[in-house]
Amino acid sequence: MSADGAALGARLRERDLSAAPAALNLLESTAPADLEQAAALLGEVSPMALGGEAPGHVIGVTGPPGAGKSTLLSALLHAWRSGGPPTRTAAVLAVDPSSRRSGGSLLGDRARIEFDPADGGTLIRSSAAEQRLGGLARATRVSADALAAAFDIVVIETVGVGQAETDVADVADTVVVVVQPGSGDVLQFLKSGIMETPDVLVVTKADLGQIAMRARRDLTAALRSLGSRETSVLAVSAVSPPSGIEELVASLDEHRGELDIAERRVRARRAGALNDFSVEHGERGMRAVGGRRAAQALLAEQDPAADLPALVAALEQRMG
Amino acid sequence: MMRTYAGHSTAKASNELYRRNLEKGQTGLSVAFDLPTQTGYDPDDELARGEVGKVGVPVSHRGDMAQLMDGIPLDAMNTSMTINATAAWLLALYIVAAEDQGVPEEKLQGTTQNDIIKEFLARGTYAFPPAPSMRLIADMIAYTVEHVPKWNPINICSYHLQEAGATPVQEIAYAMSNAIAVLDAARERVPAERLEQVFGRISFFVNAGVRFVEEHAKLRAMSILWEQLGRERYGVEDPRHLRFRYGVQVNSLGLTEAQPENNVQRIVLEALAVTLGRDARARAIQLPAWNEALGLPRPWDQQWSLRIQQVLAYETDILEYPDIFEGSNVMEALVEELLEGARAEMAVVAEHGGAVEAVPYMKAALVDSHRERLRKIESGEQVVVGQNRFTETEVSPLTTDAEGGILVVDPALEAQQIEDVRRWRSERDQSAVDESLAALAAAAGDDSAQENLMVATIAAARAGATTGEWSRTLREVFGSYHGPTGVGEAAAAAADADMSELQGEVSRLREKLGRRPKILVGKPGLDGHSNGAEQIAVRARDSGMDVVYEGIRLTPQQIAASALQEGVHVIGLSILSGSHRELIPAVIDALHDAGVTAPVVVGGIIPEQDVAALRKAGVAAVYTPKDFDITRIMRDIVALVGAGANGSSANGSA
Repeated sequence: MSADGAALGARLRERDLSAAPAALNLLESTAPADLEQAAALLGEVSPMALGGEAPGHVIGVTGPPGAGKSTLLSALLHAWRSGGPPTRTAAVLAVDPSSRRSGGSLLGDRARIEFDPADGGTLIRSSAAEQRLGGLARATRVSADALAAAFDIVVIETVGVGQAETDVADVADTVVVVVQPGSGDVLQFLKSGIMETPDVLVVTKADLGQIAMRARRDLTAALRSLGSRETSVLAVSAVSPPSGIEELVASLDEHRGELDIAERRVRARRAGALNDFSVEHGERGMRAVGGRRAAQALLAEQDPAADLPALVAALEQRMG
Repeated sequence: MMRTYAGHSTAKASNELYRRNLEKGQTGLSVAFDLPTQTGYDPDDELARGEVGKVGVPVSHRGDMAQLMDGIPLDAMNTSMTINATAAWLLALYIVAAEDQGVPEEKLQGTTQNDIIKEFLARGTYAFPPAPSMRLIADMIAYTVEHVPKWNPINICSYHLQEAGATPVQEIAYAMSNAIAVLDAARERVPAERLEQVFGRISFFVNAGVRFVEEHAKLRAMSILWEQLGRERYGVEDPRHLRFRYGVQVNSLGLTEAQPENNVQRIVLEALAVTLGRDARARAIQLPAWNEALGLPRPWDQQWSLRIQQVLAYETDILEYPDIFEGSNVMEALVEELLEGARAEMAVVAEHGGAVEAVPYMKAALVDSHRERLRKIESGEQVVVGQNRFTETEVSPLTTDAEGGILVVDPALEAQQIEDVRRWRSERDQSAVDESLAALAAAAGDDSAQENLMVATIAAARAGATTGEWSRTLREVFGSYHGPTGVGEAAAAAADADMSELQGEVSRLREKLGRRPKILVGKPGLDGHSNGAEQIAVRARDSGMDVVYEGIRLTPQQIAASALQEGVHVIGLSILSGSHRELIPAVIDALHDAGVTAPVVVGGIIPEQDVAALRKAGVAAVYTPKDFDITRIMRDIVALVGAGANGSSANGSA
């Protein structure tokens, strides 16, 4: 018997965090009966059911391996859970990039993020991106949508620079790119336009001193030369004694505060629907709806409060 | 020198054991500490649950150390302590125990293992991050070379690397790279004129496997490299200081649970590897007990190991000749080949920035070597008599007695130790302890690292601080640390018929579940021997599962939280420390409280008579060292999940 999607969705809407693990099990499932229940779940946490966009702040955190993302997340979780008042609940969706011929993955991020197991206000869920481009797992978008109804903060952690952050930018309210001092790649990616400018750029390992400060300076200068003045560039150290974490928390809040959340979420859902549709139906499906531009036009006509499955369904209907 | 590695239960019981062994002709002490002591926790810490007195003796304060050494004249004793992360602390307690006997520290002789890099790579009993750990080691070296001149402050261990799967080339290269990291750190803490002496005090602890000709060549290669390193990198000239000094414990990895009596001849052959040629002969030998793969050895099992050494030394003629391989072209060529391989691998480690920086690289390389070794055994390419060949056997009279052939530690002991340490804390001069720990924190937190941490550590030992307090003070300053697991980088297994069949089963299971099968591999407790868990994790991935592996040292609550949040379909727990009786039911209770219904399987050194109790507690299956075919274990697990699946995503949590 499949889980009761509507009931799980209703619990999330009531901000019952204990419903989250079972909700994620359901959203990740591809069994036909589960797909139906998953749609019911999402219906319960859709903007229509909520009477507005989900209240949680969806933050995408991405960066190259070894940049210190997990250590940074440990410090952020600590700040959110103990800071305040009031403290904030937080879920982390850690997406592992590894993909193997066997399809199996070792999901390693959980081991690197420190949290209190007795704390019901924190949830960490790992998944594998498998072969999907863009660095997200199949269910990441809908999982973030659902969790944003219940948690104050939902982090989507992906690995990589260049490609990975484009997808996470489609999903997240705020995109944070994490780099360590001395990694010239990011600078190059920014200058060459391979990488879109993030909302917040974090230089880790500030305890290294001079090198970190220089990295911060260089990145700030590069962003300025690209005409981007909105991106805040912060240097943090997550190892003891930590520094810059409070500033980062404030900077994230500030970005969220200035954001037209409805506009960003609607755009995210439409981009997600297009992505899911093209993964599911490929080039042929895209041709059947009259091409990418026609698909976008169709999506733009839909109700802004429509959830992701409804948007995909609209495209599929057009496909015939 | 002959000794057996020993210590268990309590300081009092271990003291009696030591005295008995000394009477039987043993000439030194080798102290085994329990895991809480090794990792810096008091018996009443949550993480210590089930581990107190298990694999060695608990020593929480100077009172315990005084009792452990009661009636043993420390000015006449050579004591080897298997202690690493907390080595500075245990040496301090030993120095204070000697003071109590009226023995000045300069008379003390012995060794603290104190090799932290191999803890990150293979053994898992680390306490602090790499950089401050190296500072503690350098401080101990600087202190002992001035004040305890006959002490060997560090014993570079390649033993554990072989246990973790190292090839001979890897064993040589990583041990030498490790020594370089230690000497480079020490060079900054001791006056230049002392460096030669420091070099001379560094000894090694190596492994010897059953391929004993190659193993002997390995030791000759290490002697050559060591001398070269001394001359060229550290400017050592005195030939006495350039000598490669090593002790040995022969291989445990190759000992089998199946037909365990065969381990006796394996141990004898391995002992030959380190005694045959005089030019590379061990200075101290420890032999494991024949039944080590079954559980904790009894005094009689240890006596048997001591007798093997005595037969070699007193009955055979191996000690009567000069080096018997001198002039052997075959041996020379073998040594040359190993040297070449080791130098190349040392260069790779150096490129990573040295042994400290290369820990993740070396860890991944070891996991990979171990995977390859297991593959060869599973495929029959490498023969293990009694395990994958010649498996038919008569009934063994050695393992059929009611006790099952192993020593069992009384569970009431842990409660007693908890009570003891609490009484100790309530009866001491608390303000003296607080002051000493504050001084330790200040010395540790000083960025210029001016003060030697040994001084503050000895003062805290003298004041009556506990093992847990000393460690916590330093953890608060240095931060906590998780070692790399090495599994993320491991290469995929070669596709053979068994493997592709398994992959097919996993993919059918995926259809049934609606999600890719997800397994949590967990190591509860303080046991850091993670080889088994790592290999299970890698094979599960290769079979097509999603694997959550969080490394070592997890509390039951952490495992339960992960299982719930990750929505896993099955949980695999690995324990080798003998604490499964306490920890497995604790994990099952925690899972139950969290509402997780996924089945639990257990692997490790689990005596036969404990299996029924674990099954009763709710464990679905138990695997022991005789289950060497990991692919088969995986198929069991897939079948187990398949049987429980009802085709719904609700599986895994209520």
